[in-house]
Amino acid sequence: MVTAEQVWEALAEVPDPEIPVISVVDLGVVRDVRIEDERVRVEFTPTFLGCPALEVMRAQMAERIEALGAHPEVEVVLDDSWSTDRITPEGREKLTAAGFAPPTPRGEGTTLVQLQSNGFRCPYCGSRETALENIFGPTPCRSLRYCRSCRQPFEQFKTI
Amino acid sequence: MSERAQLLLEIADDELILGWRDSEWTGIAPFLEEDVAFSSIAQNEIGHARALYELAARDLGTTADELAFDREPSEYRCSGLVELRLPEWERTIARHVLYEQADAERLERLKASDDAEVAGLAAKIDREEVYHRLHAEMWHERLKDEPRYQAAVDELRPLVGQRDGHSDELQGLWEEMTLVRRSQPAGTTW
Repeated sequence: MVTAEQVWEALAEVPDPEIPVISVVDLGVVRDVRIEDERVRVEFTPTFLGCPALEVMRAQMAERIEALGAHPEVEVVLDDSWSTDRITPEGREKLTAAGFAPPTPRGEGTTLVQLQSNGFRCPYCGSRETALENIFGPTPCRSLRYCRSCRQPFEQFKTI
Repeated sequence: MSERAQLLLEIADDELILGWRDSEWTGIAPFLEEDVAFSSIAQNEIGHARALYELAARDLGTTADELAFDREPSEYRCSGLVELRLPEWERTIARHVLYEQADAERLERLKASDDAEVAGLAAKIDREEVYHRLHAEMWHERLKDEPRYQAAVDELRPLVGQRDGHSDELQGLWEEMTLVRRSQPAGTTW
């Protein structure tokens, strides 16, 4: 019989389909793993509700659990239990290394003034001389910014 | 139909139809950044619609897809504001500003609901809507002294709470939106 620990380890190898440098565990979307005999129940939360990666993540998690010889039941939870604060410290480091500015903590709130301020570090050169180019980006979870120091556009994970 | 299912359908229909209308800017917005913005907003709104339909579908013993696409146009509960095809930028921005204001008030009420599922989903949706509101406010600041924009706001404001009957524009959109689904035999899997 599989253990919850084995399942968590397997899920830690499931990449986010849109930002493959980080796993679903780094992203904090796996809320619960429960072992009930041969069945493994996983509760996970969407990041953004319109995220097309949702079904891919669900299928990949199920596949990993089947590979452990168990029967997966992956359930999407439509509540408010996920925020970008659930991204792990390791996940934030991986995002930065891949050229994404990680989200700011939620406590700081989200206003246009903040987004337009210099408060975000460029993931390439570390400068705070960065400007908001677009609140929206290539996926729902990202905004576009530009670094005035190294003249490089970069993506910032939205705080939600 | 329960009051809860009716409420969920009303919001889901607003978000689905508005998502379709917003997506009409994909590829043709006045500049590239707005092409990205309206495409992303459309994706979010349709994602909200899907989650709301799923909750309603559980109550009604059906599926989100059937609720979204297998009803007659007259059965949709969306407001008159979201139905219109608005190929003029100032009217699109006016609708965006009016909708986000009304939606923010609605989400505040729902977040305070005794129904934990409804309140939880509303809170989840609201996290994303923050960014739609920032975008709408930015455009309102930019256009608020423009007579064409002001006229569009005055023209569209009465439609915000208009839920009795639908315009012909919904019929046209419904035909496009459901075309593929209607052309396939029931039970076709993809």
